[in-house]
Amino acid sequence: MSVQASIDHPPPITAVRASMPWGRWGLRVTAFVYLGFMVALPLAAIIQNGFAGGLATFKDDVTAPIALAALKLTLSTAVIITVVNAVMGTLTAYVLVRFRFPGKAVLNATIDMPFAIPTLVTGVMLVALYGPQRTLGAWLNSQGIQVIFATPGIVLALLVITYPFVIRAVQPVLMEAEKGQEEAAYTLGASKGTTFRRVVLPAITPAIITGSLLCFARALGEFGSVVVVAGNIPGVTLTAPVYVYGQIESQNQRGASAMSILLLALSFALIVAVEWMQSRRGRRHV
Amino acid sequence: MSKADVNGGRRRATGDTAPEKRGDSRPSERSLRPRGGKFFEWLLIAVVVLYAAGLLLAPLVAIVLGSLAEGISAFVREMISVDALSSLKLTLAMAVGATVINTVFGVCVAWVLVRDGFWGRRVLNGLVDMPFAVSPVIAGFMLILLFGRTGWFTSVTDALGIKVVFALPGILLATVFISLPFVVREVAPVLAQLSRDQEDAALTIGASRMRTFWHVTLPAIRWGLLYGVSLTFARAVGEIGAVLVVSGGVSRLTETSTLYIFRSLDDRNYIGANAMAVLLAAISFLILMVIESLKKRTEQTQTQ
Repeated sequence: MSVQASIDHPPPITAVRASMPWGRWGLRVTAFVYLGFMVALPLAAIIQNGFAGGLATFKDDVTAPIALAALKLTLSTAVIITVVNAVMGTLTAYVLVRFRFPGKAVLNATIDMPFAIPTLVTGVMLVALYGPQRTLGAWLNSQGIQVIFATPGIVLALLVITYPFVIRAVQPVLMEAEKGQEEAAYTLGASKGTTFRRVVLPAITPAIITGSLLCFARALGEFGSVVVVAGNIPGVTLTAPVYVYGQIESQNQRGASAMSILLLALSFALIVAVEWMQSRRGRRHV
Repeated sequence: MSKADVNGGRRRATGDTAPEKRGDSRPSERSLRPRGGKFFEWLLIAVVVLYAAGLLLAPLVAIVLGSLAEGISAFVREMISVDALSSLKLTLAMAVGATVINTVFGVCVAWVLVRDGFWGRRVLNGLVDMPFAVSPVIAGFMLILLFGRTGWFTSVTDALGIKVVFALPGILLATVFISLPFVVREVAPVLAQLSRDQEDAALTIGASRMRTFWHVTLPAIRWGLLYGVSLTFARAVGEIGAVLVVSGGVSRLTETSTLYIFRSLDDRNYIGANAMAVLLAAISFLILMVIESLKKRTEQTQTQ
């Protein structure tokens, strides 16, 4: 009887969902406490510390010659690798999606390697290959090219670390993009180059930009691989994150905070830009 | 090699024109491609394969050879040294701890982000991404500012008799921080795609929220969750920047495997550094293989 009644008149589902206000608030509070303690509080500490001496000292800390040189090096290497990745990443994604060739699965799996392998290990690997005592490194040295303990080493390390970003951003978009449009362009007599420029590229440009911004943000903060290959000569091969490390070690907390805030603001702006682009694209699909 | 490519290209090119000669009314897909496309196609493939191999595989080969430079016995001797083994133990313990913490809380956060339409969602969403925007060194530095000699909470932790910085709790906190977003970011989209019908059905027939979660929601999100968990673990094993700042690096006590490599490089113990690097790379590869297979599973379940 009562079973029959509950089948005839099931409780409204919203009532069932709302029946556990305690559980809901418990989860909300848990999420807030967890992220507040783990993320918001540390951020607050660093901002408070960086501006503890006022804006003028903040500016002095950031524009100290070694700090400025480190910032310039980090920004310039980040720009270089972003451009290279935008080109090579797009090309790799295109080859992976559109062509069939032996070893494709292996290549596809290899690309995720930088996500899995510790960045420090990447640095050690590059030293093992290009270090001055190694065969390849010694030969390059004799040709007048120094890779390790020089800027090319930093660029190389960043290239390895950030290789997957553009690929993984472009790949799904390219898969979704209809091949029919490309084929229509071919049948109308367009060359491969023209088809790529006029049909494929416009469709994947947002994804390329998203991936590139992520590359840039990652390059700004990279430490593990760079600290091993760069040589860390102040004013020459000392990048901004390694500079922060040096300031912490020499007990200059305010200087470390100032540079940290600058890097944080930059990469946060980039991440926000990426989120914004992604949400815009998502809305267009729906 | 280029000769073979050209030949292959020509053979394919003649094959392309064949259906048209037969007067096939439905041109095959291949005949739609512009002429000479095959050669260009193989050129692009060659460029990409060479670039990826040079960038990713060559250094890998170099490090394996480097760790074996003085023979297998030297490699094994370095691997089973007390310092190396204790660092490995610490790394795995910290990675497991951070993964458990981030899995439990990560699922909570993902649920609140996706299912709970309340005002604080946007704030939480922004906070989740922060660890990706923060350089690991800065992450470690934040912990020093909170728990270091003159930190915000040092008086509290001192009163409780807990040492955070230059001790294990600091390493754990640093590892949790840098690997925080993965579970949330992998679980949230799966949870968003999930239809609520089954959960609602379970709730209507009287299952408790907990039971519904265990028997309905969790099985549905399991592949996405496992994907997030393996990414978290991989990141936690390989962390250096944050840990370097907070650990103090006392060998056999607060020295993780990456710190062991770092110290070995400073001590010019290249065999030791390379051997441990190879081991960490091997662990990462194992995780990578798990991730690849999980990716296939999630793609399969999504298409179903």
